[in-house]
Amino acid sequence: MQFDSFADFINMGGYGFYVWLSFGVSAILLVYLGWSSARQHKTMLTQIAQRQKREQKLRQAAAKQMQEQGLKMPEVKPIDIPEEV
Amino acid sequence: MWKWLHPYANPEVSYHFCGKLQPWFFRLSFLFLAIGLVWALAYAPADYQQGDSFRIFYIHVPAAILSMGIYFAMAVAALSSLVWQLKLADASAAALAPIGAVFAAIALITGAAWGKPMWGTWWIWDARLTSELILLFLYLGVIALHNAFEDKNLAGKAAGILALVGVINLPIIHYSVEWWNTLHQGATVTKLGAPSMASSMYWPFLICFVGFSLLTGAIACQRFRTEILARNSMRPWVRNLAIAQTQGS
Repeated sequence: MQFDSFADFINMGGYGFYVWLSFGVSAILLVYLGWSSARQHKTMLTQIAQRQKREQKLRQAAAKQMQEQGLKMPEVKPIDIPEEV
Repeated sequence: MWKWLHPYANPEVSYHFCGKLQPWFFRLSFLFLAIGLVWALAYAPADYQQGDSFRIFYIHVPAAILSMGIYFAMAVAALSSLVWQLKLADASAAALAPIGAVFAAIALITGAAWGKPMWGTWWIWDARLTSELILLFLYLGVIALHNAFEDKNLAGKAAGILALVGVINLPIIHYSVEWWNTLHQGATVTKLGAPSMASSMYWPFLICFVGFSLLTGAIACQRFRTEILARNSMRPWVRNLAIAQTQGS
């Protein structure tokens, strides 16, 4: 241990303000980056799921309308684009 | 020999692979950073000239090295995406840009906080500082271009070209302290041969550097997976995954 007391440690030989400013700002920036990355991932998943729910609702509404008119709903296959790298 | 790599060109395989790696990157980075930063702050000796302000070194230098290393990785990914049309390379370039930008900002801010007590000024238009600031602007430009187009392929092309042009800045940053008269000190650890510092200072630096690198890996995995989802949102595996993952909430 390079310091005699906790107050000494905080003081950093007179450079406390600059040292703790550096470590503090770095910590805030990195924590924010990690947090926002995790949040963006969640938002992306929610958006994709919501779009599907919307599509399903539209399909159901169309099916209902066609049924009322006595028509048969064409079968919809899920879109599957062949994988290309 | 390299055929085992081939399945990872599939976005779904890569997505799940990175999902498995990510928590391990996080755990190891916390371990390394906890040891490294406590060592750096409390146990490493103070510099005989700079006193305890020298402890800023332990984040300033890893952040600066990573800001350049991540840029290089991003440029390689951008090149593979432009030349070989690898979709995942484009996704990884987009994932890396914000991480590099944060490290460039950390290098600049900690540099300013170190410069004030040592040089007497927060900022000076010196070659090393200015070129690092340009690196931050290059990152911001790449991020802006990635977000500027609805079509991710088009965005990737535009951002990729900027990233490749910006590579010229990397040797300028590295050699700036030799080519020009500058306040910034010369290389201590990023040079050929033995580092010019005591091992009692070098070891905590190395541990901090590994810790920050692992943290970069963890956040890169997270962002890479988001980018894969964004680029494959119409595929059945992504749609099923989105439904399954959001059902609980």
